[in-house]
Amino acid sequence: MAKYIIKRILFGVLTAFVVATLTFFIMNLVPGGPFLSEKAVTPQAQAAMEAKYGLDKPLFVQYLTYMGDILQGDMGMSLKKRGFTVNDIIRNKFPVSARLGGMAVLLSVLIGVPLGSIAAYNRGKVIDNIIIVFSTAGIAIPTFLSSTLMMYFLSVKLKLLPSLGLTTPASYIMPVLALSLYPASYISRLMRSSMLDVIGQDYMRTARAKGVSTFKSIFKHALRNAILPVVTYLGPLLAYLMTGSFIVEKIFTIPGLGHEFVSAIPSRDYPLIMGTTIFLACFIILMNVVVDIAYAFIDPRIKLK
Amino acid sequence: MSDYLVDIKHEKLSFFTPVGEVKALNDVSIQMKEGEVLGIVGESGSGKSVTAYSLMGLTADNGKIVDGEVNFNGHRVDLMTEKEIRKIRGKEISIIFQDPMTSLNPVYTIGNQIEEAVRVHGDKTKEEARQRPRELLTLVGINEPDKRLKQYPHELSGGMRQRVMIAIALACEPKLLIADEPTTALDVTIQAQILELMNDLRRKLKMGIILITHDLGVVASMCDHIAVMYAGEIVEYGTTDDIFYEPKHEYTKGLLKSIPKFQEKEYSRLVPIEGTPVDLLNPPKGCGFAPRCDSCMKICLERKPEKMIINADGTFEDMPDETEYNGKHYSRCWLQKKEQFELQDNAKGES
Ligand SMILES: Nc1ncnc2c1ncn2[C@@H]1O[C@H](COP(=O)(O)OP(=O)(O)OP(=O)(O)O)[C@@H](O)[C@H]1O
Ligand code: SF4
Ligand SMILES: [Mg+2]
Repeated sequence: MAKYIIKRILFGVLTAFVVATLTFFIMNLVPGGPFLSEKAVTPQAQAAMEAKYGLDKPLFVQYLTYMGDILQGDMGMSLKKRGFTVNDIIRNKFPVSARLGGMAVLLSVLIGVPLGSIAAYNRGKVIDNIIIVFSTAGIAIPTFLSSTLMMYFLSVKLKLLPSLGLTTPASYIMPVLALSLYPASYISRLMRSSMLDVIGQDYMRTARAKGVSTFKSIFKHALRNAILPVVTYLGPLLAYLMTGSFIVEKIFTIPGLGHEFVSAIPSRDYPLIMGTTIFLACFIILMNVVVDIAYAFIDPRIKLK
Repeated sequence: MSDYLVDIKHEKLSFFTPVGEVKALNDVSIQMKEGEVLGIVGESGSGKSVTAYSLMGLTADNGKIVDGEVNFNGHRVDLMTEKEIRKIRGKEISIIFQDPMTSLNPVYTIGNQIEEAVRVHGDKTKEEARQRPRELLTLVGINEPDKRLKQYPHELSGGMRQRVMIAIALACEPKLLIADEPTTALDVTIQAQILELMNDLRRKLKMGIILITHDLGVVASMCDHIAVMYAGEIVEYGTTDDIFYEPKHEYTKGLLKSIPKFQEKEYSRLVPIEGTPVDLLNPPKGCGFAPRCDSCMKICLERKPEKMIINADGTFEDMPDETEYNGKHYSRCWLQKKEQFELQDNAKGES
């Protein structure tokens, strides 16, 4: 087990290194730069600025400097937000997105897993069909639409919930619902199909033949096997939701990392773009490692591989 | 209440499917005394598993007993609710399945799964329940039980897993063990070991066994009685000797002929008899075997043959309508009726 975990972590570190390198070189391939703008800048001023940020050195030297800094945890200064380091920005914005995303993941699992299981156990009955219809709709409706509709009805028309920011606990409700709609639907479909598969397995028949109650056979024997595909999906899902959704953060004016990341792109804020990309990549890798480890705890067969 | 451990009377069972009613069992009657070993043989789809599962209420959701009675150990199984049946499953009646590779839950240890079977009926003390899994593993001939208890199914070989399945089945010392093709999925050498183990346990524990198999070699070595099933009916029933040395039904004869001679050392599997099995959606009104039978007569196509008791002296007797037949050899084939008439004619001629 320990060997498996160490292997996963080492592999994660390697992946992060590759991502950092790729990000660096891709950024340099993209035409344009932070100091090119419509306003005329004298060549001297341009050169002075480039020298200040080390942009005049050969690419490989820049790369080494950059990697060296990152290893020391320094991702540089934001070019557009004067006076803020990239670290500051991530430290301020990430918790907001992570809290929102974490709540959404939790809600998705709490809704998706039971709904999928109920549908599977009632296959072909009315309740199954209702769940299928809702989960299909949940997958098909784009987030911007569900967010806008919610905002229109719940805030504007009925004035039940605040529409902007994250000032009160109630202001979490709509963004979290908006973020959960797709994953909850997706999880319920995943769960339904894996549950159907598990229900038909021989070991479920063995459990029944032993005299185990239906309740126990679902919770002990079926759930642990059926949840595996959901656990696999949770890795990317956690990473995706906790790093902030641009659309939801934009619509509900939430000061999160997703919003920050996307607005850094048009302004060519290299350090911020690279910093957030590398941070996001590391976070995604970390989540996948966590999920892999959780997977091995749930399914003992994994240890062999 | 019946004196028998198993007393199935005229059971009819159908599966209701989108394409229609699959009449899987059509008038099946079985009696078994305590401690008896009954073999059920027949080709694929003849209803062997369906018969056995209905005895412990494991019939698939779309299946229903439409007529008859299923008595087991004083319970009317066909009238019990799922909750009531659950109390006897694993306790008075147990089952082992064909494929030991998939019959154990991959995510729990062997110990966990055996202990569950020991505890589920809640009549053991804590200490007993803790000791029992070890005892059971030793009983089914698994060495290093302490190590095995901590292992997962994927860490054991097929034969070992089948032993674990047997241990689970024996956890509460059932009165009847159903073994549904327990060796089909195993290697030949392992098959022999598992059979030997079952034979051994049967003597030690004095429990009844229903052994379902394709393999006539297996039934020959173990069973007191054999029921030959064809298209949801028992077409011939008798002691192992009756079936092997005095087969009466044309299907049974075909089965026996299709065993290759014992030149090969291994047990021989049934070679299918030519022709297709009966369509259970539209069963024929006459004998189900008629289209494949060389001795088929006109009446065979029109009326279902009745059960005829075959006496030890070679004479025949109509089987009384109630299913009480005390383990007598019977067959369901018009040829016996014909022979009976011929015997009677001869007797008349002589007098
Ligand atoms: N759930 C079900 N729905 C519809 N038909 C079924 C169902 N289960 C069994 N049957 C039908 O009932 C008949 C008897 O099946 P059964 O499983 O008892 O055969 P078997 O004698 O055990 O054969 P095998 O040797 O292949 O195990 C088959 O024709 C099968 O197709
Ligand atoms: S009843 Fe007729 S068709 Fe059926 S097995 Fe006997 S002889 Fe053959
Ligand atoms: Mg079967």
